Amino acid sequence: MSEIWTLVTKEARDGFRNRWVIMITLIMAGLALGLSLLGSTPTGTTSVSPLAVTVVSLSSLSIFFIPLIALLLAYDSVVGEAERGTLTLLLTHPVSRVQVILGKFIGHLFLLAIAIVVGYGIAGLAIAFSAEDGFAAREWQSFLKLLLSSILLGAVFLGIGYVISAGARERATAAAISIGVWLLFVLLYDMGLLALLASDGGMAINGDVVKWLMLFNPADSYRMYNLTSSNDTALLSGMAGLSAEHRVSDISLILILLAWVAAPLIAACAIFNRRQV
Amino acid sequence: MNSVPNIMLATVTKKYGALTAVDGVDLAVQAGECLALVGHNGAGKSTLIKMVLGLIAPDGGQVRVMGQDPLSPGFKEVRRTIGFLPEQVLFQNNMTGRETLEFYARLKGVSRKDQNDLFRRVDLLAAAENRISTYSKGMRQRLGLAQALIGTPALLILDEPTSGLDPASRRNVYGILNEMKLAGCAVLISSHALTELDDRIDRVAILNRGRLAALGTIPDLRRNMGLPTEIRIQAPAESLQLVAQHFKGKCRLNGVAQLDCATHEKLAFLKDLMALDIPLDNIEVRDPSLEQVFLAYSGQEGQGDE
Repeated sequence: MSEIWTLVTKEARDGFRNRWVIMITLIMAGLALGLSLLGSTPTGTTSVSPLAVTVVSLSSLSIFFIPLIALLLAYDSVVGEAERGTLTLLLTHPVSRVQVILGKFIGHLFLLAIAIVVGYGIAGLAIAFSAEDGFAAREWQSFLKLLLSSILLGAVFLGIGYVISAGARERATAAAISIGVWLLFVLLYDMGLLALLASDGGMAINGDVVKWLMLFNPADSYRMYNLTSSNDTALLSGMAGLSAEHRVSDISLILILLAWVAAPLIAACAIFNRRQV
Repeated sequence: MNSVPNIMLATVTKKYGALTAVDGVDLAVQAGECLALVGHNGAGKSTLIKMVLGLIAPDGGQVRVMGQDPLSPGFKEVRRTIGFLPEQVLFQNNMTGRETLEFYARLKGVSRKDQNDLFRRVDLLAAAENRISTYSKGMRQRLGLAQALIGTPALLILDEPTSGLDPASRRNVYGILNEMKLAGCAVLISSHALTELDDRIDRVAILNRGRLAALGTIPDLRRNMGLPTEIRIQAPAESLQLVAQHFKGKCRLNGVAQLDCATHEKLAFLKDLMALDIPLDNIEVRDPSLEQVFLAYSGQEGQGDE
């Protein structure tokens, strides 16, 4: 266990040293503030709470941004160390390959969590303080859910990043595959679904199939989780029209995301164990 | 000292597809002994080292390190007693030298207190708090060596430890190896060529295309190879004539008399020469150089293969 902790602290220190954390936090806070302030303009003085607007716009931002930074953090971790020669050295120490992956995962997740909580927290606080009706309990709950699920989304793509990194022979290959995977999950998948629905004209494919297809993509599960997290957010995002039977419970969505964290991590360990060093 | 050898290889073989990287190698390294693995690029040195470290599995034969199989789960404890310097290692640039050593010391689960001693031994104490990005190539190599010395290892494995070092640092490296050896550590180092090693190594194992071409002390290797010792005699012309007559057939004259003789017959030969009792100006005795020995072994084995 102490070996994992040694690896975690090294990754965490590295993240602070190379200013990764401060940069990403600033970018997150900047984008979040910008989006929230712009997003709250059209609502004027409606009954919808400004924090709900923030949650909806931030979750749309997160779907693009968080997988990207998680993959950027993870893609280099195994193949990069292999190229620098430190991987061989590391593995001659009393650490297992599973410990190496877990140590990096916990360290990276910690960095990502700080960036998300601080970055989005700044934006959330700014919105809450500038709003007249202040801190409605319910929206704080959706905001907390946003933070937690964003960290979970980051964890999913960290795991996917390690799979890529453990399998790739060269850093450049790992980077290219990461970009491809990112495009697939955040853009192409949804475009494919839309194309499917459009070509079908809403006839043969029923809502359940689409729902299950969406659940298969962690980014979509994340979207569903946040956009239906309160009546306000559902209303804003157009999810209010979903009939009760098409809604997926919060707990199922969290479980899906957790499965999406576990599966790539296990796969990454398995691939890393077979890797020739 | 007649306990189990620190490293024991018995008919170890490793194949990569059609290529046999290591082919039936038998080798043992005792505590307090320094053995050098020598061979061209691709001779199988790194593959052999990786099998000793338990990074890859052999396809045949048996590897034992400190009496244990490097691939067994129990080998974890043995790893704490192994110091390793990879052939090429780029430590993280944004860490200081001290942080780097602390990281590896923590992984090994040894005290982090005696760091200054390690830095002093490799002449890096003044730069210990600097980031590695400011280190020169030689400093990085020396930091790597300090890293391998963490926790007074019982087995030291160094892959090309002197690459990129100036002659002074190189001498320092061999000095450290000698200290470790005297403290009872088994040392295994790899090198491109025999010439780099000086005579500071106890035994040499020459690898050629995965096979053990030769194993022994450097004087042994010289002798076994049967490379002749060359003797040059400078003398007045009439003396040279006498020499040529006496050693008929063996002697070449071109201003000086040049003779080849087997290394072990060298002394008898010189006695014979002295018995002639003729005026001589100078005698040069040249044993085969390490480079000649190395080339002879590599060449011989190579011809046998084809």
